[in-house]
Amino acid sequence: MNKTSTAAAVLVVGTLALAGCTDNTTQASADGAISVVSTDDACNVSTDTTAGGTIKFDVKNEGSAVTEFYLLAEDGLRIVGEVENIGPGVTRDLVVMAPQGKYFTACKPGMVGDGIRAAFTVNEAADGQEVSADRAALQKNATDQYAAYVKDQNEQLVRGTEKFADAFASGDEELAKSLYAPTRMHWERIEPVAESFGDLDPILDAREADLEDGEDFTGWHRAEKDLWAPKGYTKMTESEREKIATKMVEDTKELYTRTQSLEFTPDQLANGAKELLDEVATGKVTGEEETFSHTDLWDFQANLEGAKIAYEDLQPLLVGTDDALDEELKTNFAALQKQLDAYREGDGFKYYQDLSDAQIKELASGVDALSEPLSKLTAAVVK
Amino acid sequence: MHEESAESESPKGTTLNRRLLLSAMGAGGAGLALGALGHSAYASQKSQQVPDDQVPFYGEHQSGIITEAQDRMHTAAFDVQAQSRDELIELLQTWTQAIAQMMQGQPIGTSGAVDGSYDAPPEDTGEALGLPASRLTVTVGFGRTLFEKDGKTRFGLDGKLPEALIELPHFRSDMIEEARSNGDIIVQACADDPQVAVHAIRNLARLAFGKANVRWSQIGFGRTSKTSSAQSTPRNLFGFKDGTDNIVAEHTDDLNAHVWVQKEQTDQAWMAGGSYMVIRRIRMHIETWDRATLGEQENLVGRLKGSGAPLSGGEEFTAPDFNMAGSNGPIIPVDSHIAVVHPDAHKGIRMLRRGFNYTDGSDGLGRLDAGLFFIAFVTDARTHFVPIQQAMSANDAMTEYLRNTSSGLYAIVPGVREGQYLGQQLFES
Repeated sequence: MNKTSTAAAVLVVGTLALAGCTDNTTQASADGAISVVSTDDACNVSTDTTAGGTIKFDVKNEGSAVTEFYLLAEDGLRIVGEVENIGPGVTRDLVVMAPQGKYFTACKPGMVGDGIRAAFTVNEAADGQEVSADRAALQKNATDQYAAYVKDQNEQLVRGTEKFADAFASGDEELAKSLYAPTRMHWERIEPVAESFGDLDPILDAREADLEDGEDFTGWHRAEKDLWAPKGYTKMTESEREKIATKMVEDTKELYTRTQSLEFTPDQLANGAKELLDEVATGKVTGEEETFSHTDLWDFQANLEGAKIAYEDLQPLLVGTDDALDEELKTNFAALQKQLDAYREGDGFKYYQDLSDAQIKELASGVDALSEPLSKLTAAVVK
Repeated sequence: MHEESAESESPKGTTLNRRLLLSAMGAGGAGLALGALGHSAYASQKSQQVPDDQVPFYGEHQSGIITEAQDRMHTAAFDVQAQSRDELIELLQTWTQAIAQMMQGQPIGTSGAVDGSYDAPPEDTGEALGLPASRLTVTVGFGRTLFEKDGKTRFGLDGKLPEALIELPHFRSDMIEEARSNGDIIVQACADDPQVAVHAIRNLARLAFGKANVRWSQIGFGRTSKTSSAQSTPRNLFGFKDGTDNIVAEHTDDLNAHVWVQKEQTDQAWMAGGSYMVIRRIRMHIETWDRATLGEQENLVGRLKGSGAPLSGGEEFTAPDFNMAGSNGPIIPVDSHIAVVHPDAHKGIRMLRRGFNYTDGSDGLGRLDAGLFFIAFVTDARTHFVPIQQAMSANDAMTEYLRNTSSGLYAIVPGVREGQYLGQQLFES
C-alpha cells in the first residue's frame, strides 16, 4: 500500500511542481526560500529547480501526523539535508548547501516509509559562489575526527582517574591534590559528551548544591571537599575514601565503554563547542565549579580546548562559505587563550580566589566575545 | 475608543485621584471626603460601584491573588522585632488601615502628604500624589518563622502553625541566598504603575519601623502570567509565552480545588479562605540562553516560540500531545519544560501563578541580573509545589539556564470585612 501511494504521490507532486514553476515568485517567501507543504498524502514543493548554493526550504506540515523533509542525493540514498520532528501545523526550515546536480525532495508524513519523493534539480551556482561538491564528506570527516578525540580523552581520563583514586584512597593527600585538576581536564574537554549520560554525570561531577536533600554526594567534588576541607568539615574515614575512589573508577570506565560507539553529527559538535563556553560562563568564570580547590582556571582551559577542537574539526566546512565567521572564531579563540595564558603558573594556573574582580570581569568579557560568534557555528556547518 | 469617551463624560476612577481628594478633603479626614465626593461623582451610576482603577480591599479573600494580574510589583518580606503580641496586632491594624486607603488611591493617615503640621514630617511620603489608584493590591501573609523561631514559639501562637506551612526543602541546583529568602511577614504590592507599588511598600515599611523591618524586597516588571481569561498570555525573559494554562479568576472550581484553602482541608480554622504563597527568585542565564539555537530553545520549552503552540502542533491553547512520536522519542521531548511540569505528569495538580519578570541591573561580570520572580498561590505546597519543583530541578533540561536564588513559603491570611484587620482570624481563633 505504501509503495503505490508513494508512486501516485510522486506523480502528483511532479505535476504540481511543474505547475509551480510558473508562479514560483508567489510561493517563495521573501527571503527566497522554497516553500514545501507536507500533508498526510502529498508533498508540495513550490519549485523543482533552483540555483546552486545555499538553498532554504520552509517546510510546513499541514497534515495530522509528525512529518520530516529530506533533500536526497541523486542515488536517492545519501541525505544532503534533513529536518525532523515537524509537528502538525508547524513550520520548520531546512538550509542546505548544494552544488549543481540531480536530487530528490521527500516528505515523510508519520515518519515511516521512503517518503513522498520528487525529482529536484540544482542548476549552476550564481557567479562568484563556489559550492563544494563534497560537503557531506567534509562533515563526515569532522565528526570522525571528533569521535576519535572523545575516545582519546576518555582513555586518558580513565588512566588519570585510576591514579588519582589510588592516591586519594591511600590518604596520599599531596599527590591526590596535585592530580586533581590535571586529571579533571580530560573530563572538562569533553564535558557535553560526558553530561549527555544523565545517570553518570551526577554521580561523577555533581556539586554539592546540585543535590537534593538526602542524595548521596559522590564523585570528583566529593573528593575535592575532602582534600580541601572547609572549616568545620569532618574528614572521611579510610573506608569512606576507598568507597568513593572505587566508584569513581568504576563509573569512569562505564563512561569509556559507552563513548566507544558514539557517533556525532556536525550540529552536535558545534553545539558542544558552544556549550563548553556556556560552562565557562556560568560555572568557571564565576568560581562556582571548584568551590574548595579553586582550580577553576584548569577547567576553563580544558573547556576552551575542547571547544577549539570541535571548531577546528568543523573548520573546513567554513572555508569558502563563511570565511568571516571562520576568521572571527580563529581570532577570538586565540585572544581568549592569550588572556588565560597570563594566569599560568608552572604547569597549572593561578587559583580562582587569587584573581582580582577586574581580572575576572576581563575574562568574562573575553568569554562573551568568543561565545557570541561561536553560537553561529551550528547554522554555518549544518547547511 | 468607546471607553475613552465614556471616561471623559462620566467621572470614573481615573479622575478620582489623590490631588482631587486632597483639595476636597479639608480637615475632614479621608474617609469622609471620599464619601462626599464619591456620592456626587457616582450619582448617575450604580451605588457602591468601585472605580475602574481600584480593586476592592474587603472581601472573603485578599486581593492580589485572582485580581487581573497587574504589570508591576514590589514585594517585601519583613522580620518582626516587636516583642509582644499586642504590638504585632497593632502593626497589622495600622497596615490594614493604610492598605485600605492606598488601594483607594488615597494618601495614608489623617493628614496625608501635605496637610499635616508644618513642623512634622508628612504622614504619607507623597510620591503617589496625583496618581490614580492604579489597581493597587496589597496581599499579606505569614512565614513559618512568625510562629516559631529557634525552637521557640512566638507571639502566643502555640498550636496555630498550620501543618502545611512547611520549611521548603533544598531542591537540586538551588543556590538560595538566605538574605533574600523567607521572612516573618510577606507583603506583595501589585499595581499598573511602579511608583504606586513602590509607594505602598515604602509607606508600610515606614509604619513598621521599630516593630518590623524589611528583610528583603524585590521589584518586578511585566507580569508573566494571566489571571483572567480576558488577558493575553505574556512572555517571560526567555521570550516564550508563559502561563498559557494558568488557573484564571473565572475558573471557580479550579480555584476552590487548587488555590483557596477549604475549611475541611486545613488543621487551622483561621486559614479557611486563605491560600499559600510560594516565591522563588529564578535568575535566568540570559546571555547563554540567547546563544542557544531556536531549535534548542523550543525543545527545552516544548513549545514554539512564535505562537506558543506545543511542539505536537496546533495553536497556543491546543492540549500538548505527550505521546506523539518524533524521530527520537516523543516530539515533545520528555525533558522539556512542559513535559516535566504539566498537570498531566502531576495527578492534575495546578497552581495559580502570578509571577513577574525582574531585572536588578547587572552583576559584576556585566551580565543581566534578571529572570523570573515566580509567585504561585496554592492550597498546600506539599502537594502543589514541592513535587513539581522536585521534578523540575531533577528532570527539566531548561534548568540548565536557571538558578534559584531565593525561596519562601507564606500562609496568606483570608480577606477581611470593614472594621477587621488582616490576620485577625489568626489572633482571635
